[in-house]
Amino acid sequence: MIGICIYGRGGQGGVTLAELVAHAAIAEGKHAQSMPSFGPERRGAPVLAFLRVNERERIKIRAEIAEPDVLVVLDPGLLHVGDVVSRLKKDGTAVVNTKRAHDEMKSKLDVVSKLATVDAMRIANKVLGLPIVNTTMIGALIKATGIVKLESLEEPMEERFGKVAMKNIETMRKAYDETVVS
Amino acid sequence: MGGEKLGWKDLEIGAVVTEPGSASAYKTGDWRSERPVRENEKCIKCGICYIYCPEACIHEDEEGYFESDLYYCKGCGICAHECPRDVIKMVEEVEE
Amino acid sequence: MTKGKIVGLEGSFAVAEAVRMANADVISAYPITPQTHIVERLAEMVADGELDAEFICVESEHSAMSACVGASAAGARVFTCSAGQGLELMHEVLYIPSSMRLPVVAVVANRALSAPLSVWCDHSDAMAIRDIGWIQMFAENNQQAFDLTVCAYRVAEDKEVLFPAMVHLDGFYLSHVIEDMVMPDEEEVVGFIPEYEHPFVLDPDRPVSMGCYGPPFIYSETKKAQEVAFENTKSKILETWKEFGDVFGRHYSPVEKYRMEDARIALLTMGSSGETAMLAVEELREEGKDVGLISLRLWRPFPFKEFRDAVKDVELLVVLDRAISSGMGGPVCSEVKSALYDKRKDLNIVGFIGGLGGRDIPVKGFKYMVNRALEKVKAIERGEEIETEMIGIRE
Repeated sequence: MIGICIYGRGGQGGVTLAELVAHAAIAEGKHAQSMPSFGPERRGAPVLAFLRVNERERIKIRAEIAEPDVLVVLDPGLLHVGDVVSRLKKDGTAVVNTKRAHDEMKSKLDVVSKLATVDAMRIANKVLGLPIVNTTMIGALIKATGIVKLESLEEPMEERFGKVAMKNIETMRKAYDETVVS
Repeated sequence: MGGEKLGWKDLEIGAVVTEPGSASAYKTGDWRSERPVRENEKCIKCGICYIYCPEACIHEDEEGYFESDLYYCKGCGICAHECPRDVIKMVEEVEE
Repeated sequence: MTKGKIVGLEGSFAVAEAVRMANADVISAYPITPQTHIVERLAEMVADGELDAEFICVESEHSAMSACVGASAAGARVFTCSAGQGLELMHEVLYIPSSMRLPVVAVVANRALSAPLSVWCDHSDAMAIRDIGWIQMFAENNQQAFDLTVCAYRVAEDKEVLFPAMVHLDGFYLSHVIEDMVMPDEEEVVGFIPEYEHPFVLDPDRPVSMGCYGPPFIYSETKKAQEVAFENTKSKILETWKEFGDVFGRHYSPVEKYRMEDARIALLTMGSSGETAMLAVEELREEGKDVGLISLRLWRPFPFKEFRDAVKDVELLVVLDRAISSGMGGPVCSEVKSALYDKRKDLNIVGFIGGLGGRDIPVKGFKYMVNRALEKVKAIERGEEIETEMIGIRE
């Protein structure tokens, strides 16, 4: 089972990210569970969302993910708020939205064994015309982990976004291409 | 009224009462210790007693005077109190 | 054999889908976290024409239940849902459909009670309404939230039942979680819930008086009749679950057992923590402890017989309460003790209170309870009094 924590700010769509990937995984025949960190939604406040994917077995645990295999950081400013990076498992993967060069971020986050970086804000602003990076970061998450296929997101996004689904699929694919992993 | 002798198995689902009109069958006239008596020669047929009766037991007769239905009249005296011409007096019920 | 399509669905949406398939006529509810997604989804279904129902917007939960009582008395199939403080505001009216025998179906997304203000899950709201005379069942996951809502309609409206029924699903842990579940074919669900027909409805051609005044000479008789009828609902609940299993391939029991065949120690939970507790049972088994799990699916009417059977070979029963009965410990623990009083003097029962106001109980929390209960048994054997322990509390 893979446990993923999505760290973002209220309004950035971290919960939606977890839900879309859960739908994609379930459509692929996997078992998945998306769970918001519960609470009143406040725009801008740090928010955690959780996602579990298991290829074979039903997911029974119902608790927050204390030690994630993967950490998705939607806003680089959050790396200095709270201590989420230290929760990551030793061999875990961090997927970070950043304008910094990959190597620079790699040396900053030297505790992380595997790092994926992408300038999701630039891509989202260009493709969607909005500074909302959740669907963009799905591309980076898939590049870093292969947790689901890119195509599997098409249907959940069409269901969720209707007319603007195509742009969200495009921004996801663009991020997939641009994400650097090492 | 009735129902004092019913056992729990006699009750309908949810203690529903299926016989309509049980409220109108109930003789509230038994509650009365004084009865309204009218001197209709003073009556101006204003209908104030009819309006104020809390039991709605006062009705208009063919000549336009009002009378109380003693099956329901509880003898509260509101009609007598409200009558602008002192037509109605409350008189003690006599022992039968 | 489970028929249907695998879908990813939030617990709240699963409930809304069950209500849509049940083709409810009247929905009246007031939104409150964490129940909100259920009413939002139903309002959307009604607005979009997916469900032909009257959606009555009300100014409070008290009014929501009152509207449901009236609609049900008029012969409509109704639905409402609430949580926490909302359920408490509804409390007064909850007694009306059970005593008037109106099969209202309600779902509660369990939430803590103030103060301090908490929108998060525990069972305080459910425990505060133990005595309302509704059939009450607890769901462990989203599949069960759907299945039990479907069963609730069939049971409640059965001519031999005619009692309101409530499905509890844990707030956030189920109401806001998307997970995979089997969505049955709509025709099969529709076929499983027969047309609703109450013997007494508000009908000008057949006048009846409902909710009459009950003076001392008759009130006790009405309560006796209600209580006997309520206890008799259990056989219909069992029959419905049996038939549900035959049609849909998922089987439910009033007392669910997991690895209980040879268990000497039993953990007892209700609601969404059940599956997490199963993982703890597995780990404790690996450590050589013969532990099993009991989940109370049916809370009212209390399944005395099934519960006593489930614990017949058990020496230690460890009960988790997600609520406090102030001054009395855990409400579930008190009730299971009373269910076993005079029946099992040899059984040690150790109660814990935890998971209050949305505090997670991870696998290690359940393992702690079992290990701590084993220590407490030694204290009991030394003749010491033991107290209900609240777990995970910072000193």
